[in-house]
Amino acid sequence: MNWFRQPGVAAALPAAIFLLVGFAGPLLMVFGYSFMPEKTFTLDQAPTFENYISVVTDSYYISFTWSITLAILTVFLLFPICYPIAYGMAKLFGRWANLVTALIAVPLLISENIRLFGWVLVLLKNGILDGALQSLFGISVSGMLYTVPAIVLGLVYVYLPFMLFPLVIGISMIPDAVKEAAADLGANRWQVFREVELPLAMPGILIGCILTFVLVLGSLAESKILGGQAIVMIADDVESAFTFAQNWPKGSVLSVLLIVLSGLIVFTLFRRIDLDQVIGRR
Amino acid sequence: MSEGTTPFLELDGITKKFGNFTAVSDIDLSIREGEFFTLVGPSGSGKTTMIRMLVGMERPTSGEMRLRGQVLNGVPANKRPTCMVFQSLALFPHKSVGENIEFAMKIARVDTARRRRRVEELLTQLRLPLDCYDKGVHQCSGGERQRIALARALAFNPEILFFDEPLSALDFRLRKALEKELKDIHRETGKTFVYITHSLEEAMVMSDRIGIMKDGRIVQVGTPNDIYNKPVNEFVAKFMGEVNALEVEAAGEGAVRSKVTGDTYRVGALPAGFTAGFLIIRPEVMKIGKAAAPLPNRIRGVVFNDYALGSRIQYQVRSAANSDHWLVERLQDEAYEGQLGDSVDIGWRPEDSIVLSE
Repeated sequence: MNWFRQPGVAAALPAAIFLLVGFAGPLLMVFGYSFMPEKTFTLDQAPTFENYISVVTDSYYISFTWSITLAILTVFLLFPICYPIAYGMAKLFGRWANLVTALIAVPLLISENIRLFGWVLVLLKNGILDGALQSLFGISVSGMLYTVPAIVLGLVYVYLPFMLFPLVIGISMIPDAVKEAAADLGANRWQVFREVELPLAMPGILIGCILTFVLVLGSLAESKILGGQAIVMIADDVESAFTFAQNWPKGSVLSVLLIVLSGLIVFTLFRRIDLDQVIGRR
Repeated sequence: MSEGTTPFLELDGITKKFGNFTAVSDIDLSIREGEFFTLVGPSGSGKTTMIRMLVGMERPTSGEMRLRGQVLNGVPANKRPTCMVFQSLALFPHKSVGENIEFAMKIARVDTARRRRRVEELLTQLRLPLDCYDKGVHQCSGGERQRIALARALAFNPEILFFDEPLSALDFRLRKALEKELKDIHRETGKTFVYITHSLEEAMVMSDRIGIMKDGRIVQVGTPNDIYNKPVNEFVAKFMGEVNALEVEAAGEGAVRSKVTGDTYRVGALPAGFTAGFLIIRPEVMKIGKAAAPLPNRIRGVVFNDYALGSRIQYQVRSAANSDHWLVERLQDEAYEGQLGDSVDIGWRPEDSIVLSE
């Protein structure tokens, strides 16, 4: 029992137990339920693959495709939006950077759903935007809410900080002298960016991209609140399977697939780029 | 074209202001082709700002910089035929040693095989092992990294190489070795080197000419010998190291009088029109004990400290008359025979002292 006496083990024990009971346990149960027959609520029945097969036959792959597409789209929209802001915050704004940080972080104190309902009021027919444009210029933009672009707007808006702040950290890790050295050796701005800035900011860029990708993949509120019936995302399917349909095994299968998908993407991306090498520890 | 006939790098009234602060003030300077020129000054003297303007990372507020007659002011760093070795070295941490060195050639679209050949040449020239091409720069030692940074700059084939105190972070022995290597490389490449440092000693070892900076101005430009033997003022004289400096006024032909004690000392020659200024006597020209007895300039004092400086010993002597401190340095084999606390004569020959106008 010597290992138990080590202070590290003892200190880690409460957290370890909590994680086991609250995180690993439920995950294992979800994994178990994914092999149970449809609409059952116990784990002691003969395992079956019927739920996995139904993912394809019942066209769940459509909501998977929507989730992945929107996740990729959000990442590709957020990166160019956030990079200049992050660059400014890391290198240019000086003491104003704190103000920008606060302005971006403060809305996070308000619940995501409330903020999205704010957008509903803006985009609604005869809402803030439509109403204002009608009375000022006589233009109507009534059809904006409950469309895919409205969902994308919500996703970009909600997940912006998750792309921005890792980018700020990534960019602030680049020593100015290294960029100056590249320019001094003949590199123009674009070459400095491609040869020095981008690779050195890569840890931050990767973390920002993976974070937003995974969060959008599991997102639900944006498509429900701003998208209405326009599309169904996979998290939506998981939710209705567990609640409305009372089909735990179906919900479990979709969850397992979602976890495996996120996991695969995260691990392959992190393995492709050696973080230690990028940071320069080796 | 021979050295000195064509103007090479010329600075004309270069001034740099940051807000209300003037970092560099109205500097005129001419640097010759192929020379090793060093700018020396204490921190805050404006030498870093100077070099940053020369490489194109800062723009002068006023004045003109010309390279072979071409105005450099508005030319960005990447379009200048100059290159700098940074104080932090600024190696690319995500690139291998080889990729670091060949960076400039890659930007210039030199083909891979020629790049590789040139890198290997440079590795050999700088006494770096050839197999470090694929190593990460963080696997290399401090001295190797210095050489990589220099190789990277040489690969650019610049007209002028600038150095921003690249050796300041190294330990004493490695620094000494690299100073000499740098001088060898200067001779081998024949390029113009412009070096900045806060150590006049380092400048003395390497430079053909030295410019001494203080408060954004150049105080003196000259060969190491000039700077050592003919400093233009007290600042330059004291910058070289510890000296005995007295405030004096003229006291007739070939003599000065101390403003503090009123004692009169013989000197070699007074500068034209000298009325008041400083008398500088370097510790190593001071004699002590019997050797001081026949000298015209003599002071009686008490030896109260001795410091071993390696090849030399430094004595601190407190004068009996007014207890001011004098420094005397002797070589080990001509050390003072007496004891600490002894009363002793110290002195110097008139021609070994330097008289500086205020």
